[in-house]
Parts: sequence; C-alpha cells; structure tokens
Amino acid sequence: MEKLKNFVRKNPAFTVFFLLTLGVIAIAVFAPVLATHDPYEAVLADAVQPPGPEHWFGTDRMGRDLYSRVIYGARTSLAASLALVCIIMTAGTLLGILAGWFGGILDAVIMRISDMMISFPGMVLALAVAGILGASMTNAVIAIAVVSWTKYARLVRSLVLKIRERDYIAAARVTGSTSSHILWKYLLPNVLPTILITGATDIGSMIMEIAALSFLGFGAKAPTAEWGLMLNEGRAYLTAAPWLMIFPGLAIFITVVVFNLLGDSLRDVLDPRDEQGNGFGRKENE
Amino acid sequence: MSETRELILEAKHVTKRYPASGDRMLTACQDVSLKFYKGKTLGIVGESGCGKSTFMRMVVSLEQPDEGEILFHGRDISRLKGRELRQHRQKIQMVFQDPAEAFSPKMKVMDIICEPLLNFKRIRKSEKEAVARKYLEMVELPGDFALRYPHSMSGGQRQRVGIARALVLEPELIVYDEATSALDVSVQKTIVELLVKLQKEKDIAYGFICHDMALVQSLSHQVAVMYLGSIMEVLPGEKVASGCRHPYTKAMIDAVFDLRMDFDKPIKSIESEAPSPLDLPAGCPFQNRCPRCMEICRREKPALRQIEEDHQIACHLYGQQGEQR
Repeated sequence: MEKLKNFVRKNPAFTVFFLLTLGVIAIAVFAPVLATHDPYEAVLADAVQPPGPEHWFGTDRMGRDLYSRVIYGARTSLAASLALVCIIMTAGTLLGILAGWFGGILDAVIMRISDMMISFPGMVLALAVAGILGASMTNAVIAIAVVSWTKYARLVRSLVLKIRERDYIAAARVTGSTSSHILWKYLLPNVLPTILITGATDIGSMIMEIAALSFLGFGAKAPTAEWGLMLNEGRAYLTAAPWLMIFPGLAIFITVVVFNLLGDSLRDVLDPRDEQGNGFGRKENE
Repeated sequence: MSETRELILEAKHVTKRYPASGDRMLTACQDVSLKFYKGKTLGIVGESGCGKSTFMRMVVSLEQPDEGEILFHGRDISRLKGRELRQHRQKIQMVFQDPAEAFSPKMKVMDIICEPLLNFKRIRKSEKEAVARKYLEMVELPGDFALRYPHSMSGGQRQRVGIARALVLEPELIVYDEATSALDVSVQKTIVELLVKLQKEKDIAYGFICHDMALVQSLSHQVAVMYLGSIMEVLPGEKVASGCRHPYTKAMIDAVFDLRMDFDKPIKSIESEAPSPLDLPAGCPFQNRCPRCMEICRREKPALRQIEEDHQIACHLYGQQGEQR
C-alpha cells in the first residue's frame, strides 16, 4: 500500500491516464449496463431524431439509439485494436529476436520481407489485403497486422544487435547458458520495456486504422456497432443530422487521445535507459 | 621447476583474422603459441588492440581461431560445438573487464552467481541462496549481498561477484580480461590479493590480461608480451624488470611510471604509432619503432625461440643460443 502511494506520488501523470484508460475499458466491459437501449433494435418510427432526454445522442436512420451504439462500439474497437497490438507485438518481437540473434540468412529473409512491407503505404496494402480476404472485422485485423509487424521487428532486431555484444551475454555463454536460455532470460527482459511502450503508444493509431478500414467498408459490416462504420453511415446525413458523425467521432478522438497519453506517460515510467532503478520495473522487483 | 608443472592448456600457432572493409583482413592474432600450467598465472601484456583480448576470447571459446589449435589436456577445444562445447565450458571461466557491463541489470547477485550451476543442473533452485552466500564469503563479501542487484554495489564489489561467478563451476582455468583496470588502485590491490589467495587454495590456472607492467609482473609466474598480434617475449614474472631482452619489452619497462622512480632520468616513450593491423608489414612487427632495427628485421619475421629455461623471445638480435648478435 505504501509502495503504491509512493508510486502514485512519483508518477501522477501516469496514474491519471491509467485511470482514464481503465475508465474506457470499463465502458467496453460494462456496455450492457451503461447502454439505455438495445444497440441493434431498429425502430423506424424514431429514425434520425436529434439528441434528447429519451435518446441522449439521438438516433440513426434506422432509429437505433446512438448512445447505446457508441457504448457498444467501444467493445468492438477496443477488442480489435488490443488483439491487433498483441498480435503484431508478439510476432514482431519474435521475428526481430530471431533476425537479430541468429543473423545470416534468417536475418536477410525476415528483414527483406519487412522492407517490402515498408515500401508500400501501409493503408493501401491493408486495403488490398482486406479486399482479397473480404470485409470482416477479423480480416481487417489480419490486414493491418500484416503491414504493422515490421516496426516491432526492426526495433527488436536493433535492440538485440546492441545487447548481444554486451559482456553479460558473453558471460552467459561462458557459464554454459543455452541459446534458448539466453533469449528467454537475457534478451526478452531487456527488450520488453521498449516494446511495451511502443505497443501502448500504438493502440491509439491501431484504433484509428481499424476505424478507417471500417469507414471504407473493409472492416466491420453493418449492423455491427463500430465507430468507423457508424461514421460512414452518418456521412450522408452530415448536414441534416450532424450528431450521427459527431458522437462516434468524439468517441474515437477521446479513446485515441487517452491511449496515446498513456503510452507517453508509460515511457517516463518504464524508460529503458533508466538502468539505475528509479523506474517501475525495478521497483516491483526490489 | 618445469618437471613439477602440469600443462592444462596449450595454444599452438593460433591465428585469428577478421574481415575488414574493402576486402582487407585485420589480423588480430598471428601464430600465437602459449601454455597455461596448473596453479600458475600467465600474464599477457601489450598495448590496446594488440590482440590479447582476442586470444583470451578464443581460449574461453567465445571466438574460433582461423588457424592453429587450442589443446585442453591434449584435446583440441577450438572446434567443439553444441553439447560438447557446453560441457567443456565448465572447465574454463572468465572475469570481464567492466564489472558494470558483465551482469544483466535485471538479475540479483544470487541469480548471477548460481546461474552457471543451474545451467549444468548441479544445484537445485532451493539451494540458490545458501550457495550464493558461501561463494560471496569466499570472495570476502557479506552473504547478504545475495539479495542485492549489482547496480547497487561498488565497482570492486561487483568485480568480486564476477570472480564468484567464475569460481562456482570449480574451473581449472580462469581468464581475467583486464579485470582490475576499471578499478581504482587501492581496490585493485585487494582484488589482486584475493586472486592470489584463491589460486593458492584451489590450484587454479589464471590467464591475466593487463597493460600495467608493474601489476602483471607481481602476480604472474610467466609473462607474455604481445605486440600487434604476435608474441614478442615470454619470460618468468620475477625476471621482467631485470632479465627482459626484447627491445619492445625494454621500451615498455622504461615507460612505466612509479612513485619511487628516479625523476632525473628521462621518461622514455616509444616513438611513433603502432602500424595498422590491417596491413601488417613483412618482417618483424616492431621494425618501424625499434631502436635496434636491422636489415633482416625488415625481411623476415623472427620466430619465437627459447633462449633460456622459461624464456622465449622473437627477435633477430638473439640467435639460436641466446647470445647477442
């Protein structure tokens, strides 16, 4: 308890953004409690109503309650972007460690593939992949994962190249550590803080990309409550019923900002350059 | 004396080259032959970049020599791979130069010291703390340090942890790669005393890299002087000051600073820079800086030959029988 207090006092920004993030996640988790209506129940008689006491954010052209749809949209967007970040983080870290540690042909193959991915504009390639696979949330996640893992692979590879020349890796080899032991016990823990920071800052942009794919019709399919898709549905009514775009847009904006700020403050807490032990990772161990 | 010595490791004509830019080769070690004896210390001195660290990294199997062989009790260890290499590593351990770099920042002292034993399944995880305490006390540190992180310790304390890690596997040979040069002089002295004590107790052979002539001769039974990847002279430690013959060794002795030195005598330094190991000159590597360079030195590289018992030299000034030309 004392430790927690100390930690909060040392990292006020992180604590605030962490609580905000928890709030966003809580909205997604407790969506059925928070929603006032069934997000999929269409009452055509109530179509395109402005915000009011019955429908807080108004209704869309099918007469569905927009507030409930925005709340449920948090589930789709968060689940998809968290899954996405986990996938690219794991895949990128794994490939980066393999490329950096073993080098040679493996390194060349992995890095040339990643060069190829980088030479295309990411969104265009994701569109192509999503187009081939067909529109669905899972395919959108796959499409973005295919173009986004390279960043992590490059980052991890460069970190591994730096760490592998350190004396403590040589010492580990002299004392008879197996390669897998060195990868697991030496490389991964030293690479992880940087990766976690990058991952946390990436959640925001991943939410954006998924929303963008859905907006373009390559992600979530109607009638799913998804922010990007809701933006697209409201597009035709922009002048007549602006709330159809304002509220999903605000939802995206707030979520992205919260996750970006969390990522930034996490950097201050987990700074990998901080080897003398003021950071969170060290505190936990001591 | 030589009859009682037991040969542990012998390097024979070891050469190591690294590819450099523009298809050139950097020769780090050239035709190095040295012997390590049980319970004895072999010191290697030389300027930075002369290949002494590369040689030791080959001895501990971190690098593979391009030519020559390294015999450990008669078995060539330079080509070992996989499981055999891993099993062999228990016999030769190493202490690194910079104690701040030699440990993972995420590991406790206890884990650092016991890792070698756990690697070879010699102890169980539950015995870790007790074993760590035992070895910490052996290197004269309080046993409570087992629970600390290396970054909360001083340089000298960390280096003792490094020594403890090298000791746990009970190796036959420990290589110290400038293990004292990152420490200040008073700490250096206590570490060296500890090393000597441990060697007497456990009869371990030491390979000690250093560029401090005074330190190395006080600690080593044999001293090898290296220059530009080649061994110039090998002689007993107590004879370094009085009995050295090679112009390079003499020049190095003359360049040693000491509080009790005679300040009226000019301090001699060696003229000019060492040639690049990228394009080694034909003949003696020391030719362009040697005050007594002769015609033959530019043509032919002198071989290492025995001039007295335990005294080898690679210089054209000394002929087959050791008399001066």
